[in-house]
Amino acid sequence: MYVAVKGGDAAISAAHAWLAQRRRGDEALPELSPAQIEEQLGLAVDRVMAEGSCHDRGLAALAIKQARGDLIEAAFLLRAYRNTLSRFAACEPLDTGAMRVQRRISATYKDLPGGQVLGPTFDYTHRLLDFALAAEGLPPAEPEEAEAASATMPRVTELLAREGLMSRDIAGGNETPPDLTREPLPFPTPRPLRLQSLARGDEGFLLGLGYSTQRGYGNAHPFVAELRMGEVEIMLAPSELGFAVSIGDITVTECQMVNQFAGSAHNPPQFTRGYGLAMGHGERRAMAMALVDRALMATEMGEEATAPAQDAEFVLLHADNVEATGFVEHLKLPHHVDFQSELEKLRSIRARWQADRDANPLAEAAALEATI
Amino acid sequence: MSAPLLEAANLQLRFGAVRALDGVDIEIFPGEVVAIVGESGSGKSTLLRVLAGNMDADAGTVLYRDAGGEAHDIHALSEAGRRKLMRSDWGFVHQNARDGLRMGISAGGNVGERLMAAGDRNYAHIRAEAADWMARVEMDPARIDEPPKNFSGGMQQRLQIARCLVTNPRLVFMDEPTGGLDVSVQARLLDLIRGLVSQLGLAVFFVTHDIAAARLLAHRIVVMRHGRIVEEGLADRVLDDPRHAYTQLLVSSVLAA
Amino acid sequence: MNAITPRNAPENAYNFAYLDEATKRMIRRAILKAIAIPGHQIPFGAREMPLPYGWGTGGIQVTAAILGPRDVLKVIDQGADDTTNAVSIRRFFARVANVQTTTRTAEATIIQTRHRIPERPLTEGQVMVFQVPMPEPLFKLEPRLAETRRLHALGDYSLAQVKLYEDIAKQGESGSSYNHPVMVGGRYLMSPSPIPGFDNPKLHNSPALMLFGAGREKKIYAVPPYTSVESLDFEDHPFRPMRAPQHCSACGSATSYLDEIIADDQGGRIFVCSDTDHCAETQGL
Repeated sequence: MYVAVKGGDAAISAAHAWLAQRRRGDEALPELSPAQIEEQLGLAVDRVMAEGSCHDRGLAALAIKQARGDLIEAAFLLRAYRNTLSRFAACEPLDTGAMRVQRRISATYKDLPGGQVLGPTFDYTHRLLDFALAAEGLPPAEPEEAEAASATMPRVTELLAREGLMSRDIAGGNETPPDLTREPLPFPTPRPLRLQSLARGDEGFLLGLGYSTQRGYGNAHPFVAELRMGEVEIMLAPSELGFAVSIGDITVTECQMVNQFAGSAHNPPQFTRGYGLAMGHGERRAMAMALVDRALMATEMGEEATAPAQDAEFVLLHADNVEATGFVEHLKLPHHVDFQSELEKLRSIRARWQADRDANPLAEAAALEATI
Repeated sequence: MSAPLLEAANLQLRFGAVRALDGVDIEIFPGEVVAIVGESGSGKSTLLRVLAGNMDADAGTVLYRDAGGEAHDIHALSEAGRRKLMRSDWGFVHQNARDGLRMGISAGGNVGERLMAAGDRNYAHIRAEAADWMARVEMDPARIDEPPKNFSGGMQQRLQIARCLVTNPRLVFMDEPTGGLDVSVQARLLDLIRGLVSQLGLAVFFVTHDIAAARLLAHRIVVMRHGRIVEEGLADRVLDDPRHAYTQLLVSSVLAA
Repeated sequence: MNAITPRNAPENAYNFAYLDEATKRMIRRAILKAIAIPGHQIPFGAREMPLPYGWGTGGIQVTAAILGPRDVLKVIDQGADDTTNAVSIRRFFARVANVQTTTRTAEATIIQTRHRIPERPLTEGQVMVFQVPMPEPLFKLEPRLAETRRLHALGDYSLAQVKLYEDIAKQGESGSSYNHPVMVGGRYLMSPSPIPGFDNPKLHNSPALMLFGAGREKKIYAVPPYTSVESLDFEDHPFRPMRAPQHCSACGSATSYLDEIIADDQGGRIFVCSDTDHCAETQGL
């Protein structure tokens, strides 16, 4: 009697035990601590926080450890945890203009108030494997400018907006912003929900889409007006207090991408912006998000929307890697009931096909002739 | 004469600074073929879309009288109501077959779709009707299972016409149905349309920039320029005795061609 | 086989049945709407569950929202109670809701399922909860949700009917063997979830309440008891439920839906009931 798919209970327990052993690896080597992951694999932690849409470096590090370094799995763990937390308030909009900047660059101006701050970046490193890291090395040299710049740095887009060359984003007013994690996405999708969706979207998917807009699928001519990374204060106004208080600082990366706009009957020709924001240090994510955000404005701007990146249903419904990985991987689940009905269907259709041929052998000969 | 099948009054539509429709009044009677002629940009295709309820005007009304004699304000109808009309009483033949056909579906499926939309659930009947209509538009019914891409441009237009007529509409909108076809193919298609229209007693709004096509098909001609009707009248009168300078230009340019 | 499994000690870290009460209320409101408009898809704020999307998150949320302490829960996948995913979901509810679970269709008050409806006729008071991967019956013909929503509003299903016409023209019969669309209450076209066509007739005028949950797509829909559910077809090509023509090699049933099992590498095959409870019952176990 066939039993391979039965006895699931015991099989599941055994698989979980094996998984735990694999996660630990060779016990002769020291175990990784979440603190080590948080400190030394910080960019992985940042990505997991962004895609898990939950700012908690310690939990993200734990998720990475539990997921054996599978960052999508880690984001999923964080999301599932986040879902059980109660929501007691929404913070005030972040004031990224008041950011304590660790990195700030503009590609549109050679110099600007506040200056260019290169910060901790892979840019201009030579991508040569550093074999010194393979050995237990000495601590790296102390950088000269390790402290965050203290001077306030005006946002480049604000300089353009004052001149009337840049559209201002419409202020949200005092309405509570819609929450992607509580309500299903409507279509057409308002921009706040689009941005929420992109902010937690898969980095690889956003990168590919953003890239496609540069290669002619979406007609973008982007400039990085400003990319900044540093600490911002989280302000919260509890209703019983009536005013906002600071509840701490978090690191974010913000990208403002400038794009030309030809103008329409209602709007003068001017620059428009695409906006990207990532928790932690995530430049690639913030830049790709800004490109896709701008591409998704096509319909509102009266531009012809022909490219994948301009199609909100396509982009937003496929950007979420937790949804995507679940549905792709669910193909591993047994489908033998449906497959059985496909088998019977195919047998029935083939019998019909064969009967037709048997009844009409001339057509078969003609078909054979036609193929010769 | 009976009441008009469809009548529009004082249609206004602007695209920014451009007046696409500027105070247009137009009507059509049962069994009548009305050609709307003019150069590209004159507003004739826009007028057709507004009359068919596919586009809203800024102002004005379009009234349609159904078989029971009841008048409906097309732009006050719900989308469901308009779609129902478009499935039953009306047909629309597009210039580009791609806009009027489902390119991934067989010829029979294309013709049969309107019957299914109207509630026909008998496969054999749907198939027989589709084959019959293919024959009536002079297509080979043996090719009923082939997709539109296997057919020439002229044949695709015939298929579009069969798809429209299978539910016996009372009013058909045609937007340059022979545009983009070879001259000889155009002539045969126009002949076919003329035959079907008189056989079925259809009312047709026929948009064209081709004066010769208008002469062949239309009972009445409406000449448009800059969103206005500059001249209208019986086809022979307009073509043989054009009064407006613009009509004279249109008529003479075709004679010169 | 002892069908009913007693309750475990409760898992205190989470609310009863995992979801918080506000979320359950939101889901129940969506369910009530869905029951009021049979076959119509109701969007809801689906939550992330500790189970991957595509593995039954919609069904689990529906079950969690309606589950009470006195319910008796049965979970099946491919008709069987002991397939891995069914075990995993049953364990989940035993752990977070501390409810009685069963493998017996007759004893269950709620039956969560993936891909099957039990062979034993359902009764009044029972609730079926279906796990749904793609709730939109038209998605293969029209991927845009904004457009399919319009087509549903207009009751315009000629697209689906044309697809069926094309299947018959090309191959003599309908091309879909599972997830074959149904008309509910003569108004809405609905995906019955990927159940084999064999199970479609069980939806028609069933005394049980049928709830459908799609987590990733964030939709809930329902077929209330005693509602007409008709498989899309033509009068002269009526819908034909199919099963393998063999008998079950375990219980001998000639009417139940069968799994085909490759028995050896010479292509030998045996057939057994997909519904494990039904098979056991027939065998008198």
